[in-house]
Amino acid sequence: MKILVCVSKTPDTTSKIAFTDGNTKFDENGVQWIINPYDEWYSLVRAIELKEKDPATIVHLVTVGGADTEPIIRKALALGGDEAIRINTDNSDSYYIAAQIAAIAKDGYDLVFTGKETIDYNGSSIGGMIAEMIDAPYISLATKFELNGTTATVTREIEGGEEIAEVALPAVVSCQKGIAEQRIPNMRGIMAARTKPLKVVEPVAADALTAIVSFEMPPAKAGVKLVSPDNVAELVKLLHEEAKAI
Amino acid sequence: MSVLIFVDQSEGHIKKASFEALTYGVKVAEQLGTTAEALVLGSVSDDLASLGKYGVKKVHQVNNASLNQLDAQVYAKVIAEAATQSGATVVVFSHNQTGKAVAARVAVRLKAGLVAGACALPDTSNGFVVRKTVFSGKAFANVSITSAVKVISLNPNSYTTIAGEGTAEVNPLSIAVDAPKVKVTAVNKVSGEVPLTEAEIVVSGGRGLKGPENWGILLDLAKELGAATACSRPVGDAHWRPHHEHVGQTGVQVAPNLYIAIGISGAIQHLAGVNRSKVIVVINKDPEAPFFKAADYGIVGDAFEVVPKLTEEIKKLKAK
Ligand SMILES: Cc1cc2nc3c(=O)[nH]c(=O)nc-3n(C[C@H](O)[C@H](O)[C@H](O)COP(=O)(O)OP(=O)(O)OC[C@H]3O[C@@H](n4cnc5c(N)ncnc54)[C@H](O)[C@@H]3O)c2cc1C
Repeated sequence: MKILVCVSKTPDTTSKIAFTDGNTKFDENGVQWIINPYDEWYSLVRAIELKEKDPATIVHLVTVGGADTEPIIRKALALGGDEAIRINTDNSDSYYIAAQIAAIAKDGYDLVFTGKETIDYNGSSIGGMIAEMIDAPYISLATKFELNGTTATVTREIEGGEEIAEVALPAVVSCQKGIAEQRIPNMRGIMAARTKPLKVVEPVAADALTAIVSFEMPPAKAGVKLVSPDNVAELVKLLHEEAKAI
Repeated sequence: MSVLIFVDQSEGHIKKASFEALTYGVKVAEQLGTTAEALVLGSVSDDLASLGKYGVKKVHQVNNASLNQLDAQVYAKVIAEAATQSGATVVVFSHNQTGKAVAARVAVRLKAGLVAGACALPDTSNGFVVRKTVFSGKAFANVSITSAVKVISLNPNSYTTIAGEGTAEVNPLSIAVDAPKVKVTAVNKVSGEVPLTEAEIVVSGGRGLKGPENWGILLDLAKELGAATACSRPVGDAHWRPHHEHVGQTGVQVAPNLYIAIGISGAIQHLAGVNRSKVIVVINKDPEAPFFKAADYGIVGDAFEVVPKLTEEIKKLKAK
């Protein structure tokens, strides 16, 4: 079993979101970078668990980004995985990125794991694009994943519930809460990560089909109207008559 | 040139998010001076001709039983083929669970740029620029699609449905359907529960409720309001509530008309997933709780006293 886990770097969840250059660039000033939580907590840990169950399993990490993504990849390797591949490009269009990962994924992987989305661009589209590019089935929003030989049993989220499905491998799966529990890297893992191979490859030719032209912040709230706990009827009245929300 | 809107169904019924996508897609077509058509896959018991009231003239249907279950690979091939046949230059999805599985694949098949999670109509004054939420709702990005064909998936609850008069022509399409590689073996729906991402009202609880045994007051309120229930991350992590109720930056992102937060402090990661809600009500005993800064209405008080009173007052309002 050969598993490819897609890992990306995102700003820490407490980062101040601000923009520069006339609101065309994300302001990286003072931003701490982390592994995208969905990649770290769910897809990577589930892949590591599968390797723990069957030590013959090979787990490779892949990221698309410049040299500045390497600390994040080392951090991910400290949790587990045999080696990492960095595709050296800064392009951020999802079609372009997916084409890069698909070029690697074609290389004999039985499974490709992604997080359900990145917490910065929230596209939730890389997994589906890779799947289409390598002509494999795609299960999105998986909350459980079990291997049974050449197929897998996956539970996925649907509106108001869940669906259990059998899928033939190779397949692409996007992972979310439920599929695994977050782990903290230990000292041994951190030491081991230093010497794990991190291959850098150049991007394949691909088109970018979108580009961010500008960013905007949402309008600020006008301020809270406080109602006394002894006058809950007033809140209901406001919600009904003023806000028209009930 | 036309706009094709994918209409999502489950067990024969069209999902609410699809009415928003229809309204949106019809507006996009108007902007481009072209027509909007809808596409439905599988067998549907709802009246398809009545989708005309959202402004589509034609509803294409590929009525093949194997499309009653979602295999994104099979769906994408059929949708892309239908888009090509109808000459669509824009394909619109809802960014719901199905849209998340399928839109990206369709974009690849059509070699179309994708904006996933759109929240406004495209600006066509200079190219084709679509606004979407980024940083889990903390900001917006305006994204230009440069390819000839464009795919947009629309965030649920970000575009108001407009229904008027009209009937659409239902057009059966015969498109070959591949054998699925994904076989659904079981469906577990929590009956009687409002799906979180489709809900108009969400009632959400945090650690301030102290334990799962105290959720009754929140469930009563939700029931009275016809609301979906949600929770903060620690509540989900502690298994007080099921995982799928966890909202926030690393959970579900919601944008209901009304979000009622009970005993939730309003950490930045929580706010990110809920701050697109139109109206936010916060009930918290700590006047310094950061959530009040993001709220429209608030009560500083003990949830155990305030919430049952609120339920009572809503009952009274409804009885009027
Ligand atoms: C990487 C990362 C990602 C995260 N992602 C998320 C996410 O997606 N979603 C999320 O929710 N959190 C997330 N968190 C956690 C977040 O930082 C907070 O810890 C969490 O939201 C706090 O949950 P809470 O408000 O329920 O609990 P607390 O912060 O403990 O707040 C409880 C609140 O209840 C109030 N209270 C207590 N008793 C009563 C009473 N009787 N009546 C009324 N009010 C009362 C208190 O005043 C307090 O404000 C994330 C954290 C990290 C580091």
